[in-house]
Amino acid sequence: MNRLTVVGLIIVVILVLVAILAPWIATHDVGATNLSLRYLPPSAQHFFGTDSTGRDIFSRVVFGARISLKVGIIVVAVSAVIGTLLGALAGYYSGWIDRIISGYVFNVFLAFPGLLLAIAMVAFLGAGLNKLILALCIIGWVGYARLIRGQVLKVREYDFVQAARALGASDARILLIHILPNAIQPLIVQASLGMAGAVLSEAALSFLGLGIPPPAPSWGVMIEEARDLSTLQSAPHALIFPGLAIALTVLAFNFIGDGLREYLDPRQRSR
Amino acid sequence: MRSFFKHKFFPILRRFAIFLLVVWTVVSLVTLLIELVPGDPAVSVLGEQATPEQFEQFREKHGLDRPPFFFSIPRDAAGDRHFQWHGAKNRYTEYWLALLHGDMGRSFRTDRPVIDLIKERYLATIELALAALMIAVLIAIPLGVVAGKNKGTWIDNVASFVALIGISLPGFVIGPLLVYVFAVKLDWLPPSGRFDWSYLILPAVTLGAALSAILTRMVRSSVIEELGEDYVRTARAKGLSETKVVYKHVLKNGLIPVVTILGLQLGVLLAGAIITEKIFGWPGLGLLLVEDGIGKRDYRVVQGCVLVISITYIVANMLTDMVYRWLDPRIRVS
Repeated sequence: MNRLTVVGLIIVVILVLVAILAPWIATHDVGATNLSLRYLPPSAQHFFGTDSTGRDIFSRVVFGARISLKVGIIVVAVSAVIGTLLGALAGYYSGWIDRIISGYVFNVFLAFPGLLLAIAMVAFLGAGLNKLILALCIIGWVGYARLIRGQVLKVREYDFVQAARALGASDARILLIHILPNAIQPLIVQASLGMAGAVLSEAALSFLGLGIPPPAPSWGVMIEEARDLSTLQSAPHALIFPGLAIALTVLAFNFIGDGLREYLDPRQRSR
Repeated sequence: MRSFFKHKFFPILRRFAIFLLVVWTVVSLVTLLIELVPGDPAVSVLGEQATPEQFEQFREKHGLDRPPFFFSIPRDAAGDRHFQWHGAKNRYTEYWLALLHGDMGRSFRTDRPVIDLIKERYLATIELALAALMIAVLIAIPLGVVAGKNKGTWIDNVASFVALIGISLPGFVIGPLLVYVFAVKLDWLPPSGRFDWSYLILPAVTLGAALSAILTRMVRSSVIEELGEDYVRTARAKGLSETKVVYKHVLKNGLIPVVTILGLQLGVLLAGAIITEKIFGWPGLGLLLVEDGIGKRDYRVVQGCVLVISITYIVANMLTDMVYRWLDPRIRVS
């Protein structure tokens, strides 16, 4: 395993710990405003300083990890399960199921930008955590479905599948016990990159005011609140720390995804 | 019939059919999205205090009094659902018919035709996207070539690391950071608006950063792959300088996959433009969508923007595909 993958794994482990232990790590109440403490620079009292309403940025970044990871995990899990199911059905049965899923759904969903679809959906549904997750799942599952379909198409021609069929195994048994376990490896790569994508999308939508409404400590919301000129002027750290948190999280999942891809595809290792 | 599928124009026809299918889906989605609005759109636009006559007038003007689709399955007084046929006089067919006449309805707020609002903003978005594309290419090609040529050295590591940071830093982090450094601290460039060319630089860099990072990686691996080919050995053997080998031979072949990525990334660029435009107050489609559309619950404007952005993206993808076929004759044959 290469070094960057290890770095990614370490960052993710720390993130998960921070998210779980958030109430014990945070030094202040995330919602407590105090205008006499606004725009304070980082110090021993406030590790990351305070924002325009005097809230402690460190505590908010810590609790923000909870939101990001929660959205990421739910979105990746739901999209992966739905995508795997439909992709496997399309790949295994071919015929009209495949024609609808790969001929229509793939072409249409991949033909326009996912983020735009999510924005449109949330625009009409209204902002909120659950709606955000729903929108991200609706755009997310297609990638997994396409991946698994391709894998299943390949694996179902292998000899051991033919052997199982000759022995009279049912379709469900062949698909679940013989094909899927051998087709699912690249899914891990996709899921890891999907985590990065989901964390980014959550922050982007929250930044646009379409995700998690303030005052929740979503990293996207924090950046949106920190970017007006007067705050930038007096407290650039209000922007830098949540920005760093997003960048590190995304970087970590990308490292893991890239590393796993190389590991699973030895042809790429030499590069 | 078989020979029809083998004909050289078949792939183009197929693409065109898919194009029509996608456009149909997007338009249908956009028209039906308004049904997702919780409660009554008229109430959310006019407010609770409006008189019943005002509501009535508003609904009639914007077609909200007509049934949304050909049929519906409403609940009756007893709570059971019944199938109900509404016929062709519904909002879905009306939107389609109007669209074919170039009419996207009127803004709920300002009462101006949505198509006019979009026309005013469209060029600004295209300008921003093209500038971002140019910046991305200008950064990515030299950086990718240098990294690929010096594979495994510290130069390569630095270039690849820069690219990775570019991929991981989203526009809504880079943008405000650039504003902080170049507008607030150094006071070299304006923080927002669209007047002369100096206003374009920060948004274009923000939007192009991620793309340039992706492209750098593509160019790098493409150059590495091509450098191993036989024709490179031939070119070197006949005494061409290394610069000529790389820039005349390798780059020409190596750019083919990059063109595809460029086209596919144009959609990401258009979606990213929504965020970039918000950061820099750039008066394009994205700002229209987010501030005038979503911010003021002007659903007609949202429909129009989503439709136009999607279609721009789909057309860009089709064009990329054609350029790709033209660049690489092998694809035409297979």
